[in-house]
Amino acid sequence: MPTYRSHVLVCGGTGCVAGGSQAVQSRMKEELAKKGLEKEILVVQTGCHGMCELGPIVVVYPEGTFYTRVQPEDAKTIVEEHLYKGRVVEKLLYRPSEKLESVKHYNELPFYSKQHRIALRNCGYINPDNIEEYIARDGYQALAKVLLEMTPDDVINEIKKSGLRGRGGGGFPTGMKWEFCKKSVSDKKYTICNADEGDPGAFMDRSILEGDPHSVLEGMAIGAYAMGADEGYIYCRAEYPLAIKRLKTAIAQAESYGLLGKNILGTNFSFELHIKEGAGAFVCGEETALMASIEGERGMPRPRPPFPANKGLWGKPSNINNVETWANVNPIILNGGAWYASMGTEKSKGTKVFALTGKVKNTGLVEVPMGITIREIIFDLGGGIINDKKFKAAQIGGPSGGCLTEAHLDTPVDYESLTAAGAIMGSGGLVIMDEDTCMVDVAKFFLEFTQRESCGKCVPCREGTKQMLLTLERITRGEGTMEDLDKLEELAVMVKESSLCGLGQTAPNPVLTTLRYFRHEYEAHIRDRKCPAKACSALIQYLVTPDLCRKCGLCAKNCPVKCISGDRQTPYVIDQSRCIKCGTCLEVCPFKAIRKE
Amino acid sequence: MKITSLEDLRKIKEKATDQTSARSEGRTRIIIGLGTCGIAAGARAVMEAVLEELAKRGLKDVSVEGTGCIGMCQQEPLLDVIRPGEPRITYGRVTVQDVPRIVSEHLVNGRIVEDRLIGRAD
Repeated sequence: MPTYRSHVLVCGGTGCVAGGSQAVQSRMKEELAKKGLEKEILVVQTGCHGMCELGPIVVVYPEGTFYTRVQPEDAKTIVEEHLYKGRVVEKLLYRPSEKLESVKHYNELPFYSKQHRIALRNCGYINPDNIEEYIARDGYQALAKVLLEMTPDDVINEIKKSGLRGRGGGGFPTGMKWEFCKKSVSDKKYTICNADEGDPGAFMDRSILEGDPHSVLEGMAIGAYAMGADEGYIYCRAEYPLAIKRLKTAIAQAESYGLLGKNILGTNFSFELHIKEGAGAFVCGEETALMASIEGERGMPRPRPPFPANKGLWGKPSNINNVETWANVNPIILNGGAWYASMGTEKSKGTKVFALTGKVKNTGLVEVPMGITIREIIFDLGGGIINDKKFKAAQIGGPSGGCLTEAHLDTPVDYESLTAAGAIMGSGGLVIMDEDTCMVDVAKFFLEFTQRESCGKCVPCREGTKQMLLTLERITRGEGTMEDLDKLEELAVMVKESSLCGLGQTAPNPVLTTLRYFRHEYEAHIRDRKCPAKACSALIQYLVTPDLCRKCGLCAKNCPVKCISGDRQTPYVIDQSRCIKCGTCLEVCPFKAIRKE
Repeated sequence: MKITSLEDLRKIKEKATDQTSARSEGRTRIIIGLGTCGIAAGARAVMEAVLEELAKRGLKDVSVEGTGCIGMCQQEPLLDVIRPGEPRITYGRVTVQDVPRIVSEHLVNGRIVEDRLIGRAD
């Protein structure tokens, strides 16, 4: 068996693959072969490292050198310089800013130093397509411990002790949920993994499935043992082809090793696992709609009770947990519930994964202990706002969540504090907005999404969100009235209180929180017919400042609708009636003579 | 193969841990000078000999790293050994024949090979 002196880890997460990491990988192998190093150095494809902003990412072990934005042509440099001659390739290292020194090692990056990776423990570290690498990192040890040493009640007690709560957004105590299902008497039970992650800007679950699929399989098998289930489904959206491919590989490998299927590890416990590819409807993330979809019905929710723990998939007791929840199960079993409960706050234990996106410098995936402040996530891990602009708001929990303002930056991240502030923990989407973002426009964006995704079964969600959206559209066109605001608020509360499922019950959250914290912006749209952030196109105009105009004509040349006129003698003028407000003139003017008002 | 017992799982884990050992921390480090000067003086052959010797002796908790030229080109090939918690020991003019000695004396028994020693840094 060859021992490789060095491992080159190339990120194979969706973000890095889109950035060309596959080509980097194949070039790396070619270059190694050219230098005769292929027996000394192993190239490994891993899952997401989290720092997607800097992808494609390559980490060279044993040194732990962290290379960023690696292009296929850089593969040659890394092989010839680093791997052959032992010289670190300075230009590919991460530099937090021009003034600061570049960072060589993985663990020295500020992005990683505040993280605590439990659910993401293997992401970016192992090859997700190789079950043995997972086993090397204590994989399937928890399942073995459970099957050989623990009773189902022991398992449930351990999960209860850990304080783990549903990571999909609801925050329901996982141990209790398992207990309900265990107590349900039936000849058949199911465990289900909800991988129908659909929030705009969220990719926590996808990254876990792509980077460490076995952790989800193992967690589900443990849950099945505890609850007395022998069959399970992973409901994953078809828009996640890479996640599905890796899950399929993982299931096939686990089956061939006897870690899934009949008589696991030589015991009486059997567990069969299937993948159900969803068509991407947001509402299918709701548990009753998800089960309907697995059954081949239309993905529509139904009233609860009966709860899935009593009457779920095919009418049998079922338990649904989210990907991240399942991924937390194995470490809890191995290290004990008390270990997990030692992290976090009084009511929110452990860690949470967030997908950090929007106007933040380090977009990517982070796993932080509960109780960390929003400020730490945005400014320490996220590196602050792009171009050092002013922070305005953070949308937490996606289209079902709410926005938080500067006043909330020191709010600890836990289920109760976020709910008190009008937002929700949600599944972990965290969209950061800067001073150029119009909050009315943001509310409209999220409502457009939920409105489109409303399944139409109940009236409040179907009609209510539609009317809310129409009102918001009027306001952003500068045609709103002050009465609209009251009506909007009334409608929002009504939709929230009377909708059938979580989709409708949370859809008004972005509107309600922006109304609560940024009411003045709504009022500016209505009273002054102005968009303070200069984002709503109907309420802004582009103007030429004649004093600054050098009459070069670049604006007129680039204008897609040819609405700018002028010549070498006369300053250019924009015809407002024909202007489509695309902003091209502002971008191309070399003299800053075009302004937005 | 089907895993039917804890013993099977342990065996696979052991084998897999070896395969991924280059990624773990806190191990003895061997650092070889792989600058042009080092390579010209035979550092590649030394490195191959090190890998071979480690495999022969089944030493798994050792990482083998390369480094660039550090300026003592006349002493190449340079080979450094850092045992956890001990100073960095630098050997100079290391030949392929010296490698088994360095591995058995220094890595296994913790005795510095004095006749090749050229420096020590804390």
